[in-house]
Amino acid sequence: MADTKAKPGQPKQGLLLDIRNLRIEATVYPPGEPPKNIVLVHDVSLTLEKGKVLGLIGESGAGKSTIGLSSMGYGRGGVRITGGEVLLNGRDILKGGKEGFRKLRGREVCYVAQSAAAAFNPAHRLMDQVVEATLLHGTATRAEAEKRAVALFKKLSLPNPETIGERFPHQVSGGQLQRVMTAMALCSEPDLIVFDEPTTALDVTTQIDVLAAIKEAIRDTHVAALYITHDLAVVAQVSDEIMVLRDGKKVEHGETRRIIEAPRTDYTKALVSVRSIEHEEKELTPTALLSVRGATAAYGGGVVKVLQNVSVDVRPGQTLAVVGESGSGKSTLARVVTGLLPPISGSITFAGRTLAPRLAARSKDDLRELQMIYQMADVAMNPRQPVGTIIGRPLEFYFGMRGRERDHRVAELLDEIEMGKGFMDRYPAELSGGQKQRVCIARALAAKPKLIICDEVTSALDPLVANGILKLLLNLQQHEKVAYLFITHDLATVKSIADSIAVMYRGEVVRYGAKSKVLTPPFDAYTDLLLSSVPEMEIGWLEKAIKGRRIESGGH
Amino acid sequence: MGSPVLRLVAQRIALGILLLLAVSVLIFAGTQILPGDVAQAILGQSATPESLANLREQLGLNDPAYVRYFRWLGGVVTGDLGTAMSSGQDIATSIKGRLWNTLFLAFWAAIVAIPLAVILGLIAVRYRNGWVDKLISGLALASASFPEFFIGYVLVYFFAVKWQIFPGISTVYDSMPFGERMQAIALPATALTLVVLAHMMRMTRAAILNVMQSAYVETAELKGLSAFNVIRKHAFPNAIAPIISVVMLNLAYLIVGVVVVEVIFVYPGMGQYLVDHVTKRDVPVVQAVGLVFAAVYISLNIIADIGAIVANPRLRHPK
Repeated sequence: MADTKAKPGQPKQGLLLDIRNLRIEATVYPPGEPPKNIVLVHDVSLTLEKGKVLGLIGESGAGKSTIGLSSMGYGRGGVRITGGEVLLNGRDILKGGKEGFRKLRGREVCYVAQSAAAAFNPAHRLMDQVVEATLLHGTATRAEAEKRAVALFKKLSLPNPETIGERFPHQVSGGQLQRVMTAMALCSEPDLIVFDEPTTALDVTTQIDVLAAIKEAIRDTHVAALYITHDLAVVAQVSDEIMVLRDGKKVEHGETRRIIEAPRTDYTKALVSVRSIEHEEKELTPTALLSVRGATAAYGGGVVKVLQNVSVDVRPGQTLAVVGESGSGKSTLARVVTGLLPPISGSITFAGRTLAPRLAARSKDDLRELQMIYQMADVAMNPRQPVGTIIGRPLEFYFGMRGRERDHRVAELLDEIEMGKGFMDRYPAELSGGQKQRVCIARALAAKPKLIICDEVTSALDPLVANGILKLLLNLQQHEKVAYLFITHDLATVKSIADSIAVMYRGEVVRYGAKSKVLTPPFDAYTDLLLSSVPEMEIGWLEKAIKGRRIESGGH
Repeated sequence: MGSPVLRLVAQRIALGILLLLAVSVLIFAGTQILPGDVAQAILGQSATPESLANLREQLGLNDPAYVRYFRWLGGVVTGDLGTAMSSGQDIATSIKGRLWNTLFLAFWAAIVAIPLAVILGLIAVRYRNGWVDKLISGLALASASFPEFFIGYVLVYFFAVKWQIFPGISTVYDSMPFGERMQAIALPATALTLVVLAHMMRMTRAAILNVMQSAYVETAELKGLSAFNVIRKHAFPNAIAPIISVVMLNLAYLIVGVVVVEVIFVYPGMGQYLVDHVTKRDVPVVQAVGLVFAAVYISLNIIADIGAIVANPRLRHPK
C-alpha cells in the first residue's frame, strides 16, 4: 500500500482501480412471499487511472452507489458482493476480509455522502471527525492532521478555516458541511474518493460553489474519484470519463465530451436531452383565478416573518411557477393560499370570492376547487389503502359518489394519468415513484379543481420520470383547463411548464411577470445568480459561470 | 453553557417544585378522605365525645382544611414532619436514618446495575440478532419477569440457607463496620439489580439500534472504525438522552419501589418503615414518607431531563 503510494502533490500514473465482472446481490423480503434473491449489479467492469475522475450516472436503482461502495468493500443494508474482483492498487480487496476492509476504508478510499448534514455525527466537533480516519490509521499525528485539515478548509474556501473545526455540525450550513466532508475525505490523503451525489441536496446557487470547490480540490491533490450522480450536466463538469448505468447494467462508457455530444445509445440520448420540453407560453388573460394581495405571514406568533407583502396572480387554465431556494418562502406561500397558515395581513381572492384566511372557515367548495400535490408522494398516501380507495375518497367526499358510479369514475381518472384500471387494487408500496405521483395527481383531479398547487412535485423523481410527470401535467391542463401554482427550485422545470413566473428571495417576490419577460435580460442580481447557477450540458460551463457571477450566493 | 441550557434547566426545576406542591396537596387530601381522624386514631377505643373534642381542639383539627394543610406544609418546609402517633417519635429523625439506609442500598445496587446494563446493551447491539444478543435479552427478560419476592427468596435459599455465604436477614445498625454492612446488603442489592437490569439494558439496546440507522454511523464504518468503536464513539453519545431517562426511572424505582425487597430482607429502610406504619394506620408517617418518595421521584426525573438537555449539542452550543 504505502510503497505504491506516490507523494501527494505530484501527478500519479498507472491503474488504480480495476473492477472486473462485479456482481452484487441482495435478499428481499416481499410481504406474504418467501424471501428471494435479486441481482443489483450485473457483471459490471470498469477501470480508473490514478488521478482521474469517472462519473457514474443513472437513475435511482441503477446500482451506481452500490458499485461506488464496492470499492470500499461495503454493502449498504445487507447487500452482498457475490462475484467478480475489485482490484485496488493491484490487489483484490474482496479477498482481504473484514480486517482488510477496515485498513483500506478511510485510508486508501474515502467517501463523501449525499447529505453531509446527516453524515456528520451531531455529538462531535467537526475537527475531531475530520481527522478521525487519519489518526485511526496512524498516518499522521494529531497536530499534523489538524494542520492538513485547516489547509484543506482554506482550499475549499470555507469561512474561518482556522476555527471552523471547533464547531458542531448544526452550527454550519449545508453547503459548508458538504465542503467539510470533502476535506474530511481528503485529509487522510487517499488514492480514491467516492463522491455519492455530493451536491444533489443543495440549492443550485450553493451547488455551483461546492462543485467548483470539489473540482479544484481534485485537481490540486491529484486524487482519483468516482463521481456518482443522476445529473448528467453536473457530472460533465468534473469528470474525465462517464459511465451510464441502468438497472445494474452498463449502458455506455466513454470520454465525457463524447458522451454528451455524441451519445450512442437511446437511453443516453434521452438523458442528454431530458430538459427540452418546449412549452409555448399562453397569453395572459385579464382576469385572475387566484389573486394574492399583499400577503405577509410569520411563524412563532409574528416573530419570524417568512413572507413579506407578496402579491401574485394565477390565471384560469394557466401555470404560475414560484421559484426560489430553500428558505425563500415559496412553500409558505402555498400554506397561506391553502389556509394552513393564516396571513397576518393581505387578502386572497379565488374565483371571484374572498377566501377565509383560516382553513376551518372555508366552505366545502373552496376546499374542492383548490387541491394540492406534494413532493413526497409516498407519504401523502395512506399506505394501507389501495389506489381505488385513495382516488375514490374525494369522489365520495365532494360528490357523494358510491359503488359502481365511483369505480367507473376512478377508472376514468386512472386512464387520464395513463395507468389503466388494473391499478385499482394495488397498494402504494407496489408502485414506482412516478406512479405514486400520478396517483396523487388523479386524487387531486377527482375533486374537479380549478387550481392545483404543486409543491416540488418532480423534485424527488429521476429526470426521465419527472419529465413524464411534467408532460402529463401539461396534457391535463389542456383537457381539464385546470390552473397550477407550481412551486419549484428547478429552473429547467420552470421553463418547461410555466406561463408566468414569480422569483422569490428571502420572503419577497423579486421578479414577477410573463415567462418570456422574466427570463429575458436585463436581470436583477438575484435572478441572474439563479439562472446562471443552473448546470448546463456543456464542458467548461462551470468555470464560465463562476467567472460571470455578480453576487455571491447565500451559502445555505 | 449557553443561556438556553440555563433557561431550560431553571424551567425544569421550577416545574418540579410546582409538581411537588401539587403532590403534597394530593397526599394531604387523600389522608383527609379516610374515615376517622387523628384524634380518634390516638384515643382509639377509650374515646369519649369530650376527650375527642378536647384533643381536636389541642391538635387544631377544628381549623378549616386549608389552614391545616398550610400548617403541615410550613412544618415540612422547615424540616418538621410531625410526630409519629404510634411511637411518639419525631418523624424527621426516624426518616433520616432510614432514608440513609435506603439510599445506601440503592447506591450499591445502582453502581452494579447501571454499568452492567449499559455494557450488556452495547454488547447486545454489537452482536445484534446473534445468539449473544438473544441470550442477554432472554436472561434479562427472565430476571425482570420473576416477581422480586421470588428472586429474593431464591437468593436467600441458595446464598443464605444452602451455602451460607451471605446473611439472609439484612439488619444494619449505625455503628456497623463498612465491610459487614456490605455483606449484609449483598443479597437485597443483588435482588434489586436483577429487577432493574433488564429494563435499562433493553432500552440501551433499543436506543443505540435506533441511532445505528443514521448516516453518520455509516460514515464511521467507512472510515474503517471497528464495529465496537462505531457503537461506542458514534452511536452511544447520541443515544445518551433516552438512556439517562430510563436509568433515572430505575434509580427512582430502587429508592421508592424497594418496599417488597426491604420487607423480605428485614432491611431497616424507608420501605419497611412505610409498611410498618401503614399497618398501624399512622397517618402522619404515611404522609411524610409519601412526600419524601414523591420528592425523590420528581428530582430524579428532573435530573434525567437536565441530563438530556445537557447531552444535546444543539442546546449546549447554540448557533
